[in-house]
Amino acid sequence: MNRTITVGVVAVQGAFAEHCRTLGKLGASAKEIRSVSDLSPTPDGLIFPGGESTAQGKLLRESGLFDMILPLIKGGLPVYGTCAGMVLLAGRIENDDRKHFAAMDITVRRNAYGRQLGSFMTTGDFAGIGDVPMYFIRAPYISSAGKDVNVLSRWDGKITAAREANMLVTSFHPEVTEDPTVHSYFLSMISQGH
Amino acid sequence: MIISEQAKLNRDLAKMLKGGVIMDVTMPEQARIAEDAGACAVMALERIPADIRQAGGISRMSDPKMIKDIQAAVSIPVMAKCRIGHFAEAQILEAIEIDYIDESEVLSPADDVCHIDKTMFRVPFVCGARNLGEALRRIAEGASMIRTKGEPGTGDIIQAVRHLRAMNAEIARIRSMRRDEIFEAAKELQVPYELLLSVHEDGRLPVVNFAAGGIATPADASLMMQLGAEGVFVGSGIFKSGDPKKRASAIVRAVTNYLDPKVLAEVSEDLGEAMVGINEKEITVLMAERGK
Repeated sequence: MNRTITVGVVAVQGAFAEHCRTLGKLGASAKEIRSVSDLSPTPDGLIFPGGESTAQGKLLRESGLFDMILPLIKGGLPVYGTCAGMVLLAGRIENDDRKHFAAMDITVRRNAYGRQLGSFMTTGDFAGIGDVPMYFIRAPYISSAGKDVNVLSRWDGKITAAREANMLVTSFHPEVTEDPTVHSYFLSMISQGH
Repeated sequence: MIISEQAKLNRDLAKMLKGGVIMDVTMPEQARIAEDAGACAVMALERIPADIRQAGGISRMSDPKMIKDIQAAVSIPVMAKCRIGHFAEAQILEAIEIDYIDESEVLSPADDVCHIDKTMFRVPFVCGARNLGEALRRIAEGASMIRTKGEPGTGDIIQAVRHLRAMNAEIARIRSMRRDEIFEAAKELQVPYELLLSVHEDGRLPVVNFAAGGIATPADASLMMQLGAEGVFVGSGIFKSGDPKKRASAIVRAVTNYLDPKVLAEVSEDLGEAMVGINEKEITVLMAERGK
C-alpha cells in the first residue's frame, strides 16, 4: 500500500465509532461523515454502520448527504453496509415501504430474527476466507439476490453477507468483534479499485 | 474482566443506539411520530414523567397491552420501565419480548435496598446513575447501558449536567491513578475492582452512556453530547411541547450535529412552545435520589 486509505464512516447515528476503531487497527484512516462538507475530498470508500435504518435514512436526506452519496455509489465508490447499512443499500425491503439508496440487487427482510431477544452470536465462513465471529443484532437477512450478486456467507440457509461490484453488505457486525477479516476484505476491494 | 456471552451481546446491542434519541411515548400514534422523526428507539409508558410528577401516588409498570400496541406500531426498538427492584415486573416485560428494560427511578421504587439482579435476564437493561459508583454498581448487577438520572419531568437540565460532569470527573480521577491505587478506590466507591480497573484502563464506562432527565431543546441535547453523552433520552420534552413532530425531528438532528452551531441554530428556529418546566428548587420529589 503506497498511501493511506481513507474510509468515510457515515456518522449520523449508530455504531460508527467501532468501525473507525477497526479501520485504525488495520492502518487505514477513518473519517466521520456527518455533513456534506465532510465528503470533500471524496474518501476512498464509505461505511454505513449498524443502527436504525429509519433514523439514518431520515438524517441522510435532511443533511443533503443522501443526494451526494447516491451518485458516488452508482459511480463505483466502494461501500460497505453492516446491518442497518445493508438495509440502506438494498434494492427492496420486503417488510417496509421505505426505500433508501436502493442500489444493490437484493431483497432484505428487516429485523428478520425477531426482536432484541432474537439477537445472537455464532461463527461462520466469510467469503471462503475462514470462520469469523458473527454478531446478529436485530439483524436483517437477504431473502433473495440478483444474478450479479456474489453470496459471501450464509447462516441457517439465509444469505448474511454478499457483494455486488463495489458494494459489500453483512447482516452481522464485525466491528464489535476483534476480528478484522471483513474490514480487510473491504480495504482490499478499495485498493484493487473494487 | 470476563463477562458472559449474553452480557457481551447485550452491551453490543446498546451500541447500535448511539448517536440517537430515545423518546417517551404513551400511545401508538406518538410512537409513529417518534419513529418518523428519526428516534432510534421509543420508551413505552402510560404516563410521561411530567404527568407522573403531577399525579403523585404510586406509579408502576405500564399495561402490557399498551406496550404491545406500541411494539406493533413501529419497527424500531421498544423499551419499557419497571420499578427499581421489582424483578417480577421485569419478568413480565421480558415475556412480552421488550427490547430493553429501564429499571427506573421515575416509577415508585419497589425495593429500597436491592436492585434487580439483571444477570438473571436475557433482555438488556438500562439504569440511571448520578455518579461513577452508581453506574458501576448497576453494571455489576448486569445493566448493559447507563443513563444519567437527571430530574425527569422537569424540563430542567441542571441535574443531568451535574450527573454527567460528576461521572466525567470521577473517570478522569480513576484514569490518572496508579494501578495499585485502584484497589482502595474500589473500596471507597463500593464497586467491584475489575470494573473499576476497566475504567482505569479505558478511560470510559464499559457500557454505552446516555443523558436523560430534563432535556427539552436541541441546545440541551447538544450540551449533553458535548459533555460526553453518547445519545439522549427525551421524556416529557417532546409530547409536552407545542409542536411535538417538529421538536422531535429537531432534537434528532441536534444529536447528530451537536458540534455544528449552524445546524443547531437552524433546527432551533420556530419550534413553538417548549414544555413549561419546573425548576429543581420548586419540586418536592427528587426522583434522582431513588436507588443508589
